[in-house]
Amino acid sequence: MTPSDKTVLDLDRLRARLKAGQGPMYWKSLEEVAETPEFQAFVDDELSAVRTPDWLDPANRRTFMKLMGASIGLAGLTACTKQPKETIVPYVRQPEEFVPGKPLFYATAMTMGGFGTGLLIESHLGRPTKVEGNPDHPNSLGASDYFHQASVLQLYDPDRSQAVLNRGRISSWIAFQAAMMQERERANLNKGAGVRILTETVVSPTLGAQIKEFLQQLPAAKWHQWDAAGRHGAFAGAQGAFGRPVNPIYQLEQADVIVSLDADFLSCGPGNLRYAQHFANRRRALTNVAQKERSKQDIQEGYQAGPDAPLRNQAASHSEEDTSPSPSLEQAKAAGVPVEQVTLNRLYVVESAPSPTGGMADHRFPMKASEVEGFAWALAAALGVGGQSGTAHKAIPAIAKDLKANAGKCVVIAGDYQPAAVHALAHAMNQSLGAVGKTVVYTEPIDANPVDQIASIKELVGDLNAGKVDTLVMFGGNPVYSAPVDFDFKSALQKAKWRAHLSLYNDETSEFCHWHVPQAHYLESWSDTRAQDGTVTFVQPLIEPLYAGRSAHEIFSALAGQSGKSPHDTVREYWQTQRKDADFEIFWQTSLHDGIVPNTAAAIVNVTAKAPAAPTQNPGQGMEIVLRPDPTVWDGSFSNNGWLQECPKPQTKTTWDNAVWISPATAQQHGVATGDELEVKYQGRMVTGAAWILPGHANDSLTVHFGYGRTRGGRLCDEIGFNAYQLRTSAAPGGGGGVEIRKSGGTHYFASTQHTQTMESREPVRIATLEEFKKTPDFATEKEPDRPVPKYMTLYPDYKYEGYKWGMAIDLNTCVGCSACTIACQAENNIAVVGKAEVGKGRQMQWIRVDRYFKGNIDEPELYYQPVPCMHCENAPCELVCPVAATIHSGEGINQMVYNRCVGTRYCSNNCPYKVRRFNFLSYTDWDTQSYYPLRNPDVTVRSRGVMEKCTYCIQRINAAKIESEKANRRIADGEVVPACAQACPTQAITFGDINDPKSKVAQLKAQVRNYSLLEELNTRPRTTYLARLRNPNPELGGVTA
Amino acid sequence: MAQIFHRGTNTISRVSIFGGVLLIGCIITAAYTIDRGSFNSDVAVVKEQPVAFSHKHHVSDDGIDCRYCHTSVETSHFAGLPATEICMSCHSQIWANANILEPVRASWRTGESLAWTRVHDLPEFVYFNHSIHVNKGIGCASCHGRVDQMPLMFKVNTLYMNWCLDCHRQPEKYVRPKEQVFNMAYQPPANQLEFGRKLVAEYHIQKLTDCYTCHR
Repeated sequence: MTPSDKTVLDLDRLRARLKAGQGPMYWKSLEEVAETPEFQAFVDDELSAVRTPDWLDPANRRTFMKLMGASIGLAGLTACTKQPKETIVPYVRQPEEFVPGKPLFYATAMTMGGFGTGLLIESHLGRPTKVEGNPDHPNSLGASDYFHQASVLQLYDPDRSQAVLNRGRISSWIAFQAAMMQERERANLNKGAGVRILTETVVSPTLGAQIKEFLQQLPAAKWHQWDAAGRHGAFAGAQGAFGRPVNPIYQLEQADVIVSLDADFLSCGPGNLRYAQHFANRRRALTNVAQKERSKQDIQEGYQAGPDAPLRNQAASHSEEDTSPSPSLEQAKAAGVPVEQVTLNRLYVVESAPSPTGGMADHRFPMKASEVEGFAWALAAALGVGGQSGTAHKAIPAIAKDLKANAGKCVVIAGDYQPAAVHALAHAMNQSLGAVGKTVVYTEPIDANPVDQIASIKELVGDLNAGKVDTLVMFGGNPVYSAPVDFDFKSALQKAKWRAHLSLYNDETSEFCHWHVPQAHYLESWSDTRAQDGTVTFVQPLIEPLYAGRSAHEIFSALAGQSGKSPHDTVREYWQTQRKDADFEIFWQTSLHDGIVPNTAAAIVNVTAKAPAAPTQNPGQGMEIVLRPDPTVWDGSFSNNGWLQECPKPQTKTTWDNAVWISPATAQQHGVATGDELEVKYQGRMVTGAAWILPGHANDSLTVHFGYGRTRGGRLCDEIGFNAYQLRTSAAPGGGGGVEIRKSGGTHYFASTQHTQTMESREPVRIATLEEFKKTPDFATEKEPDRPVPKYMTLYPDYKYEGYKWGMAIDLNTCVGCSACTIACQAENNIAVVGKAEVGKGRQMQWIRVDRYFKGNIDEPELYYQPVPCMHCENAPCELVCPVAATIHSGEGINQMVYNRCVGTRYCSNNCPYKVRRFNFLSYTDWDTQSYYPLRNPDVTVRSRGVMEKCTYCIQRINAAKIESEKANRRIADGEVVPACAQACPTQAITFGDINDPKSKVAQLKAQVRNYSLLEELNTRPRTTYLARLRNPNPELGGVTA
Repeated sequence: MAQIFHRGTNTISRVSIFGGVLLIGCIITAAYTIDRGSFNSDVAVVKEQPVAFSHKHHVSDDGIDCRYCHTSVETSHFAGLPATEICMSCHSQIWANANILEPVRASWRTGESLAWTRVHDLPEFVYFNHSIHVNKGIGCASCHGRVDQMPLMFKVNTLYMNWCLDCHRQPEKYVRPKEQVFNMAYQPPANQLEFGRKLVAEYHIQKLTDCYTCHR
């Protein structure tokens, strides 16, 4: 919500306030810093959404009586229902080794953006319900991102295409095959001269082989590829630097210094999960310094109960002079190194719009995307590479010095949307720094046929327009929506005489095709794919196609005269020809089980980078535009996914929208406020979108995301946002200069989750530089007053936790703010989607939110992320106020929420200082759409209207582990219970476990000196605590940026 | 001043006061009786099933163990209902042409599952786990009654929360040796409480009264 939609903020005053230290140190939005009356009123009026009932306004006494009477009557009547009859439907033949009621996990992989990520899919009675990362897979390492998590919702999407269509009328697969074979026979006559195939990036070896076989049979046919969110710049860069396509793989665990040239390698692109984990492994900063005595009580509690409690309690009662090591010190020692030996890697980022990678940067320099090349040239020159001086930047000498000092332990990464020259320069710099073979290795490309996709689709459009195309078959993708706008793919397409489109949705492209065939989801069909390092994974289906979807394999089999051959046989037969294993069956079963095919990583190539000769682009004066895939709906392929639409965008925390991101200074210059509709003119084309002022954005630059403005995407995404593809040309797929903006006069309403709560002037995130940390290891708790309210000041004695004592630690030093936890939690816990209007009222339901804070000045602020789930407070304020005891403490310290007891007073939520409770104001759960039923996790109650809900620490997983351990008469081992958020987290920032076990990872983290509690002064004693963030700025750049 | 009400009105007021109290009492008693009675709880109510399956015959006469059909009772929250294949493992040979078994044969022929009516039906917000109970010495008969004496299946206990809590608060009242779990005819010893306490200690049975034990 933007309370000051109509007020143009006085940014100068705002800057002055921040400079004078008047505003809050950590702020969520510009309005908060400005302390505008509207913002104040909005925050004060926290219950405005509640006070105005949805059904009528205003309610008078009589209506109130009527409604109350009716409710009581209806409530009484509904209480009289008997339980409806329920049936149990057993198998006719139960599969072997199958235990009804226990989920099975299958290894498979999801392909997206030209590489596959290995996943483990949870299946309940044959229904896939949840996606997890495959720890054995090189791209996943056990983690997953929100696209993987939400892919299971896409599987059950009722808007998916459900029938083969011929000119819009329902037809059949058999009729399609017959029509296709006719085309095939006609093509035989002229060796396929008029036949064109359009695919997305193909990494499936089997599909690649099938297409190549097809092209052998019809040598005149052509294969084109177009991936809207493809890595066109990276391809061209490698081609330019090495004269051939190569696939760079970075080994960030070996890198002490990383320079990102507009590369968001932590949150998107190939290997992002692997990179994030390796990056985080260099920032864990575990020390052997424990917390100070006074703030150690959090840990002490855990010691009152254990087997040798008297001894420990004695130790705890000793004075600080006592030299006997306290338990927390022992734990800390076990976990880490002396504080002087703590090292962190260092990340420099230059980018136009803030990204999760930029948020992790120790030095972030906002600059226009077109200025990055100049920066790269200058950095290269400082390193003695390339012949151009580039654009001088104040930071370059220091960065170059840092890189040189860490030669062989550093890496320069160019962003996918940067032009070829930047990539080539990055490759050349890495080579001169001795990084090749250490922090970066080059392998053969993993694509079946690496091509310049822009040239590829350009050629196709040329042929279409020239009338050379008789038959066009498109496999996936949505080129009418996503192809470069200057190609006018829509009209070109209609010049092909016979057009067929295989896709998940009956979308913009299907509309203009003679034939539309529903595509099988990756969870429904057999295939194979490759990880970024080339490792192959067999894609195995979890369920029969829900809507009789077909895969590309089936169409190519039919074209090869093998109609009816199953994709399983196709993939298996292909691999039979590829492998010389003594026993193919063992190879096949082992690879399926493990989710990776051994020894299939792409071969490492020895290449020498050639620096480009001359700059390829000049940073233009004036405004420029940057075009990127949307953070949550990607290139539009996830537009109809409610989880992703409602997932707050990591940078702006807006939902259900795309926006024109603009920097505060540029907005000020043009008199633009957040929410103002802007007409953006670029190369003679125009789109209208609403502005969002984003601190930290480069000046004179706009960032817009494609993936919105759909017209045939499904019920959720049509007519929301604007279509940024309308500005995307083949010459500049990442955007370019010469943009004009004009206020259209209209305003747009954004549903943002960031204003609904405010931390006033508290310090929710705590930060120190590495140097400060070494001087004051306890900086996180140092400023806390000496316990104004001592914990023991209570009428009741402390509860003794004799069994387990669950707790969570969240390491802000490694959290990249990617929001995978939010969607993983949504998938695991059957959390409903509420829609834009409800989000606007602060009624979003996600149990774990990722707060984003800015610090410092509004033009170049630091960015911090903080995931906030339920804190499971020891002194939980919510528990005290529930009139029906629907939220109470468990014997293991979990703050329980009992849905069947809850009567919906919402007192608990009002009394929660962390605002982590979520209320079902309306019946958000979709009870009508049958296809969502199999999606839901059967181990978690599906909530309906009038019930409060919140994070349960994934109690269903705790209970499952507890039952298994109890059956075996043992304790739950550390790491046996992993909540959904922690399991998805790419950087393992979230750790969960038993605090009663001093050896558990979570107990060791909580013993760390950086450990602190959110709002500690309220004496809520949260079970979820945070490890403070450390930054590692270059001392030589001390004054350069905040 | 003349009296407004006739003397006889006193009777009416007495009747209405006592009658009112009585009426409220009756309503409460009626509601409680209905709630606790088998109208609401379905205790002792036989439900229609696709096949008139007799546990008495299969358990008592044939001596088949519970786990022959309820295969996952020791490992899963769901005890498991026999797949048609399990029925057919015997009934392809014996009673192979009995009319009563036609639905089973039809299921085997067509591949369509039999749809049994649930007799022990817990609300959707309750997560009961068979395996942990069976593994901690709670006998089948403790909850399901003497199934071996039931020609047709019915519920003997309400499965209300207070009924569950009775045992969750004092497991020693009902726990039995693990090897007796599937013994339908097991008789608790005279000193059950003392014996039960010993078993509770031996099996590490906790008094699980946290809400999250069953609700989540």
